[in-house]
Amino acid sequence: MFSQSHPEHYVPIFLFLLVAVGFGAVSLTVGKLIRPKNPYKDKNAPYECGVPPINDARERFSVRYYVIAMLFLVFDVEVVFLYPWAVDFDRLGLFGLVEMMIFIFILLVGYVYAWKKEALEWD
Amino acid sequence: MLNDLASAVIVIVAVLFVLLTTVAYLTYLERKVLGFMQDRLGPMEVGPWGLLQPLADGIKLISKEDIIPSDADKAIFRIAPVISLVPAIISFAVIPFGRDSFHFLGITTHPYITDINIGILYVLALSSVGAYGILLGGWASNSKYSLLGALRSAAQVISYELNAGMSVIGVLILAGSLSLVKIEAAQSGGFWHWYIFPQIVAFVIYLISGIAETNRTPFDLPEAESELVAGFFTEYSGMRFSLYYLAEYANMIMVSSIATILFLGGWNSPFAFLDFVPPFVWFMLKVYFFLFFFFWIRATLPRLRYDQLMKFGWKVMLPLSFANVIVTAIVVYMVRH
Amino acid sequence: MQMALFAYFGGAVVLSALFVVYFRNPIYSAMSLLAMFMHIAGLYVILEAEFLAGVQLLVYAGAILVLYLFVVMLLNVQSRGRFLQRQTPLVAVIGIFAAVDVIALLLHTRFYPELPAIPHPGVPTLGNSETIGMVLYTQYLFPFEIASLVLLIALVGAIVLAKGKLKYR
Repeated sequence: MFSQSHPEHYVPIFLFLLVAVGFGAVSLTVGKLIRPKNPYKDKNAPYECGVPPINDARERFSVRYYVIAMLFLVFDVEVVFLYPWAVDFDRLGLFGLVEMMIFIFILLVGYVYAWKKEALEWD
Repeated sequence: MLNDLASAVIVIVAVLFVLLTTVAYLTYLERKVLGFMQDRLGPMEVGPWGLLQPLADGIKLISKEDIIPSDADKAIFRIAPVISLVPAIISFAVIPFGRDSFHFLGITTHPYITDINIGILYVLALSSVGAYGILLGGWASNSKYSLLGALRSAAQVISYELNAGMSVIGVLILAGSLSLVKIEAAQSGGFWHWYIFPQIVAFVIYLISGIAETNRTPFDLPEAESELVAGFFTEYSGMRFSLYYLAEYANMIMVSSIATILFLGGWNSPFAFLDFVPPFVWFMLKVYFFLFFFFWIRATLPRLRYDQLMKFGWKVMLPLSFANVIVTAIVVYMVRH
Repeated sequence: MQMALFAYFGGAVVLSALFVVYFRNPIYSAMSLLAMFMHIAGLYVILEAEFLAGVQLLVYAGAILVLYLFVVMLLNVQSRGRFLQRQTPLVAVIGIFAAVDVIALLLHTRFYPELPAIPHPGVPTLGNSETIGMVLYTQYLFPFEIASLVLLIALVGAIVLAKGKLKYR
């Protein structure tokens, strides 16, 4: 029932990757032969409703994005721990169930902390 | 070995062909469905019933000028659409479209490109890699709308990906495998074996997360035209623009396929007496049902505000997915012992 | 065949790691890092550790690098030119020392007798993900639970660091 690891099953994925990259490259190259190329200064200006853009677009932005990325990272690692546990659920039995509940509980503490500290707010 | 390679090549070509034509006709179908829902006819001019519209769109897109803004980071601006597209395409490598092997030019071929033991993990991982194309494209454009759209999109994608990843756990507990082929096989024998019934909460969470991850209405904040022009692809035009579009629609098909496989039994027929219909047809029917659902939602719901979207993801969906994992684990343990 | 694949993935990892350091624009560095993570996943696949390959993509490429990109974009590090920084000579000297150190360590360690190349003997018939689960949740139970505490600390730390800035409305 259980299949051992088969590295050769990844060869088609590698092939598919090459085909997909090739598709992107070919479609862009074919377009290059057909399409007009007529750039001038105003056409290449960044879009800003017809007004000349004021300073660089890469301004500093809200730190919330960083907090969200950090929260995501923590919970993503937790989800990764859940995958092998879910697959082995039957074999691990009550022991596995209890230990994962403890694991989830500890992280829920962090979740409640984030909620209380308003790290999940966006206004 | 050689036979395996040949079969892989055949399926790759077939999958790519079907995928690209499906994407092309999805744009047509979307406009038709939206049209009919608004009591219009949709595209009618090109070909009978506008059937050649995707072809005309394709010719238009490929022959349009490729405008690169002068302040853009040119190298990243050029490759970002490809970074977005490639993961969207290659995640189809593990999708099993049918049950039976078939023969083509004397070569035994499987209805999937490959069956790996970590199928669902592979799909989830690639969907997160796809976010880079958006983030980089928006950053490289050096336009305020693009950057804002890209940041919003990345934050939205990662927030909802978490929920999608969590909602899958319940199915994994039931199926006991990460391989999509085995998860499908575990749901055979009538529709009451489908995981949508024991995992209805997970199903709803996955579907909402899937819509949010593909940036579709009502979660299309990254490309909210009323405030961000076109979001991260404001500065893109021609073929590069269409690669982003292609990636978005390919991701839609991907989400529909995963929802089909995890919750609706994949290629399994609902009743034994309907088994004469080929498994492939069942799979396609279910996928198209979800795609229609995407369009339906778009025609029905207004767009959310960004703070509402993030709050909903973190304060409603995440606790629900946590609860679903815990309840599923406890109930499955009690039932099996 | 395996050797050739190893040479490709290993070489690509080294090359993209070098580019991470060489590029002066942090976004380019992040992109090289993405390429490196992918090739490390490839290395895991040829080692028959496919679960690790998936986790490598999901966590490193999917989560950690997004965090990097956010930080880089948040700080808006300005840079001119693409290659070689001023501190390169100093770094090269330190790098040579580090390289000598690593090579000396490699030469003095006998890997093969100590490290069993086969999966855990207790669960010989399971697949890769299943084996990891069985070993992780029985034998390595304690480190696993500690991991949740480490994650908790990371989460609290991030919120405390950003807290002052989160308050303005």
